[in-house]
Amino acid sequence: MTESLFNIPFLAIAALIVISLYIIITQKNLIKLVMGIVILESAVNFFLVSLGYRSGGATPIYTNAPEKLMVLPVPQALTLTSIVIGVSVTALMLSMIILIYRHTGDIDAEKSRRLKG
Amino acid sequence: MQSLIIHSPILAIAIPLLAAFLTPLIGKFSSKARDIVVIVALAVTEFLVLILARDIYASGLHVYTLGALSPTLATPENFMIPVRIVLEVDAMSVFMGIISATVALAAAIYSISFMKRETGGTKFYTLLLLLTVGMIGLEFTGDLFNMFIFLEILSISGAALAGFRIRYADAIEGGFKYLVISAIGALVVLFAVGIFYGQYNLLNIAALAKVMQYTSLDQLALVLLIMAFGMKLASVPMHMWAPDTYSVAPAGTTPMIYVASQACLYALIRICFTLYGVTMNTSTIGWIIIVLGVLSMFIGVTVAVKQTDIKRLMAYHAISQSGYMLLGIGVGIAVLADPVALAAYGKTAISGGIFHIVNNALYKGLLFLTAEALFFSLGTRDLNKMGGMARNMKYTTIFFIIGALAISGIPPFNGFTSKLMIYESVYQFSPLLAVIAMLVSILTLASFTKAFQSAFTGPALPQYNNVKEVPKPMLIGMGILAVLIVFFSLFPNLVVNTIVNPATDSLINQAGYISSVMGGL
Repeated sequence: MTESLFNIPFLAIAALIVISLYIIITQKNLIKLVMGIVILESAVNFFLVSLGYRSGGATPIYTNAPEKLMVLPVPQALTLTSIVIGVSVTALMLSMIILIYRHTGDIDAEKSRRLKG
Repeated sequence: MQSLIIHSPILAIAIPLLAAFLTPLIGKFSSKARDIVVIVALAVTEFLVLILARDIYASGLHVYTLGALSPTLATPENFMIPVRIVLEVDAMSVFMGIISATVALAAAIYSISFMKRETGGTKFYTLLLLLTVGMIGLEFTGDLFNMFIFLEILSISGAALAGFRIRYADAIEGGFKYLVISAIGALVVLFAVGIFYGQYNLLNIAALAKVMQYTSLDQLALVLLIMAFGMKLASVPMHMWAPDTYSVAPAGTTPMIYVASQACLYALIRICFTLYGVTMNTSTIGWIIIVLGVLSMFIGVTVAVKQTDIKRLMAYHAISQSGYMLLGIGVGIAVLADPVALAAYGKTAISGGIFHIVNNALYKGLLFLTAEALFFSLGTRDLNKMGGMARNMKYTTIFFIIGALAISGIPPFNGFTSKLMIYESVYQFSPLLAVIAMLVSILTLASFTKAFQSAFTGPALPQYNNVKEVPKPMLIGMGILAVLIVFFSLFPNLVVNTIVNPATDSLINQAGYISSVMGGL
């Protein structure tokens, strides 16, 4: 029973990835597309953090927990970096959508499209 | 000098990065000083990469560990695995580094006069330098997570550059598409990195390669990585962004974004050869890459033939040319586990593919720049509205002819040499593939003949009577690439022996790569 409990985070990650891919593939609204990408990013971050989790582990500060089991610090560092990058990508995407809206008056991927062929 | 060589891997990344954030400060006082800083920073980067290359060809792989007592020590005292950020530069990485640094320098020189017409020039140079950092970092890193970081630096700055002319609606659209594709691709890469970390608790490429088991999770990671980098590389069927992005990116940056996509090809090659090597099912993976290559080659060129927008035409040719590289490298991977076939034709196929990367960066870069020169002078990208430009723009015409002959593989130009290497070796692997490759080459020639005929020949059009040749810095930028093409065409053996073959050797020598990084462990 306890073994299968550990898989719950990974099931949640799989669900998030499926939801995000569905949004990215089907939605025409650019804001919704960005939302899909942000959900995908959260899923990947969640995946990294759950990889480093050890049941009963302490916070990975060596001076605080010298004897005890600690959770892995590296995935947490990776996740922090990934969150920072994700924020900048999202900001750039949203600012581009604002400009697209100003030029074309629409944020629908089909209607605001100019490049074809 | 010796310590400069030791520290050059990190300096080649740090100097453009420093210059990127110095330019806004200096640009506040003088735009001339800012231009000088940009050019000097890129020239120093080029110099560092070149001296590093010279040393690598003489003494092999360079390891640079950040924050270690001695930077050449990858595994610090008391640790069995590399725990710090490690740069691992071998002949293949430095080969790509030379291409990136050279094209960045030419593009920056070309951009100087172009940017006089635009506003926000300072931010343009910051982005251009950041794109250089992203490319060189991606090529020099020895750590999968840093590969993701540099991929993101490259993507964000590339997308912002593509959409730089925000007064055009189509420019924003091209930039946005690039950013969406890059964001999804990078997240897929990060997911694959997570899979590796979850299994092996390692991020270093050499350390991972040593313990690689090729479990079903590793297979999933490999598929994800091929998909993500194939997307960034614009190989068919994941190429939709490329024509849109390349056609709207401002002058000078199109070749850079193109070379950035070649840096992603490098990442794909590095993962296939060094990370997985012979542990993977080489023939299946090889065939997957061959199929991607043939599709890109054929579909790219057939769509290019009917284009009337000169930059879209060149973008589709860029997709088609990437197919040649994937074909050569795919054949090499398919026979990687078979020493006899590898020696007979596999090595030539890989060398041909790698040589095609540099040739293509040069002539495709030159062609993109000539297309931008036409747009700069005429204000249109539509081939049907151009004509008779050979009268007004003599040098641009000559540069266009050089580029067009090289891309079509006409002897004695450099495109012919690398294509011949691919034809010969691929023919021994599968004659049908070689026939397709030659057919694509003929279609390329047809398409460029059409483009040349509509833009440069024909009667003089009255509305373009006053059109003049583009300013000198733009000519110098194109000239650098044209001179290199002529040099590569005249001395193909020299180039293949000094820079291409060492890259191939270091790629197929996976054990050598691992032992030079991990030492005796």
